[in-house]
Amino acid sequence: MDIRTDHGPAAPPAVEHAGAAPGKHDPAPPRRTPCLPLLLVLGAALPLSVVCGAAIGASGIGAGDVLRYLGAGLTGGTIAPADVPSYTIVWELRLPRAVLAAVVGAGLSVVGVAVQAMVRNALADPFVLGISSGAAVGANAVLLFGTLGALGVWALSTAAFASALLAMALVYAIARTAHGLTPLRLVLTGTALHYGFSAVTTFMVFAAERGESARSAMMWLLGSLGGATWAAVPIAAGAVLAALLHLTLSAGRLNALAMGDETAAALGVDAGRLRRELFLVTAAATGAIVAVSGAIGFVGLMVPHAVRMLVGADHRRVLAVAPLAGAVLLVWVDILSRIALAPAELPVGVLTAVIGVPCFVLLMRRRGSAIGGR
Amino acid sequence: MRIDVDAVTVTVAGARLVEDITLAADSGQLVGLVGPNGSGKSSLLRCVYRALRPTAGVIRLDGEDLHAMSPGEGARRVAALPQETVGEFDFTVAETVAMGRLPHQGVTARTTERDRAECRAALARVGAGHLADRGFLTLSGGERQRVLIARALAQRPRILVLDEPTNHLDIAQQLDVLALVGGSGLTVLTALHDLNLASVHCDLLYVIDHGRIVASGPPAQVLTPALLAEVFGVRAHRVRHPESGAVQLLFDRLPVPVCPAAPS
Repeated sequence: MDIRTDHGPAAPPAVEHAGAAPGKHDPAPPRRTPCLPLLLVLGAALPLSVVCGAAIGASGIGAGDVLRYLGAGLTGGTIAPADVPSYTIVWELRLPRAVLAAVVGAGLSVVGVAVQAMVRNALADPFVLGISSGAAVGANAVLLFGTLGALGVWALSTAAFASALLAMALVYAIARTAHGLTPLRLVLTGTALHYGFSAVTTFMVFAAERGESARSAMMWLLGSLGGATWAAVPIAAGAVLAALLHLTLSAGRLNALAMGDETAAALGVDAGRLRRELFLVTAAATGAIVAVSGAIGFVGLMVPHAVRMLVGADHRRVLAVAPLAGAVLLVWVDILSRIALAPAELPVGVLTAVIGVPCFVLLMRRRGSAIGGR
Repeated sequence: MRIDVDAVTVTVAGARLVEDITLAADSGQLVGLVGPNGSGKSSLLRCVYRALRPTAGVIRLDGEDLHAMSPGEGARRVAALPQETVGEFDFTVAETVAMGRLPHQGVTARTTERDRAECRAALARVGAGHLADRGFLTLSGGERQRVLIARALAQRPRILVLDEPTNHLDIAQQLDVLALVGGSGLTVLTALHDLNLASVHCDLLYVIDHGRIVASGPPAQVLTPALLAEVFGVRAHRVRHPESGAVQLLFDRLPVPVCPAAPS
């Protein structure tokens, strides 16, 4: 017997029932900032911020001069011999630093977005996988004991990147199971190894007992753009752009992954494979970023959330806005870190927190629904 | 589209979750899987929406091997409402439904006018058009389930897989969900806890116990007191629904076997 034909009265046609009284008690829809104007504003703000980064600093060089130097540097023009010291400050010190700040800020933000989706945890950041503290071990070996001295100025970033890759291989090998990488195991393994690596680093600082190098080790752990040179820019920028490209092309799959592995599978997304891809991409980008700037905290945790509060959770929008927002933020934070206590320099990680926390609390209170629903 | 599960076995970490299960759902049929918790219903369904690969056996869609298809090809034929807690990411209802278009989009996941139209139509079909701008996490359980059905419909599948879709819903919402699913015209494979709902709504029932099928057929034939005692460990009385005449069940505990008194 066909049972479905004789249950008519028990199950009314769906639409008729469901269409009743639409939206009677609906709370206001989440307030969202339109994406395009936001992108335009940030897109215009970024080059302006970088120019400001080149113009603002402890030694007072006039804005007109700065623009002239930048013009000369970009077009290959000439400057008077008397201008050479100022030109060097603007073109060789401040500008690469501002550009690197933009690259690092953008990189930390997109990696933060990806890691949060990968481990499906709002508390995750680029450093939760233990990669950065792994990099710190290598970096501090150079700073404190002069390891890899033969590589000269490249010793620090090479050691940091190499030990980041080692840390990545270790985390992957430990977290991996027959069923692939699960979010919780990734976070637990990363966190556990983070403590392990930090202990090694702390012990090295303790054992070195050399005042100034311990200070630079500290600076590196807190993150700093003080060592920025043009040479560091292409490597970091290449790694960040590659990660951004991969993540942008995976934005739809990231949405599915954020809903859960089961849902992802039902939507035709192989969650295990995507998580492996994300692990490699984010770990490599994190390694490249910390190799040039140390472990700058807060940006990779909070920029993704702030952007989600503004434009919603759809990764196609988040991944467009987050790198620009992170870049602008870090350029300005770096400017402040140079002038706040000039001529001394504040660790940039201290300022990211000082500025970021109140902004974030303000946003969260105004648009709370984006964090954990109601 | 017809689905054939052919001699599927699932072994995970040495445990046999599904053992040599063969079942079929014909085009447009609503087929229910019932069985106690842990009997293997979910594992079998996970194979159908490809969260799990059968250790042995084949699943065929109109004769084609499902697991030989690319994940995208599979997802254009089979949509699912898995049993899964929602994450902490605050997608809107419209964004949630739009994910259903993912298997139809290229690598850049660009949204076309057709995608938008499919999503609007799917939301309207489940009567949730007015929820489009709401945050998914702010919805009630019944609303969420409706939106997830809309996502599945936007996927334009031929087969719909549901794992306990009525869990945690009030009775009106439960009837709503089953009416929506039944009226979808798709081939439906669903696990159900509530045997009375299963009896009314399913064309065909498969009873699963310890990873094996122990009975199958139209609900009225399958849901016998003897089987319910054996599989679910309950005493069941069959009554007729006064309007539809469908078999409904009333339950009691089985008489507890009297143990010999322990020596004192």
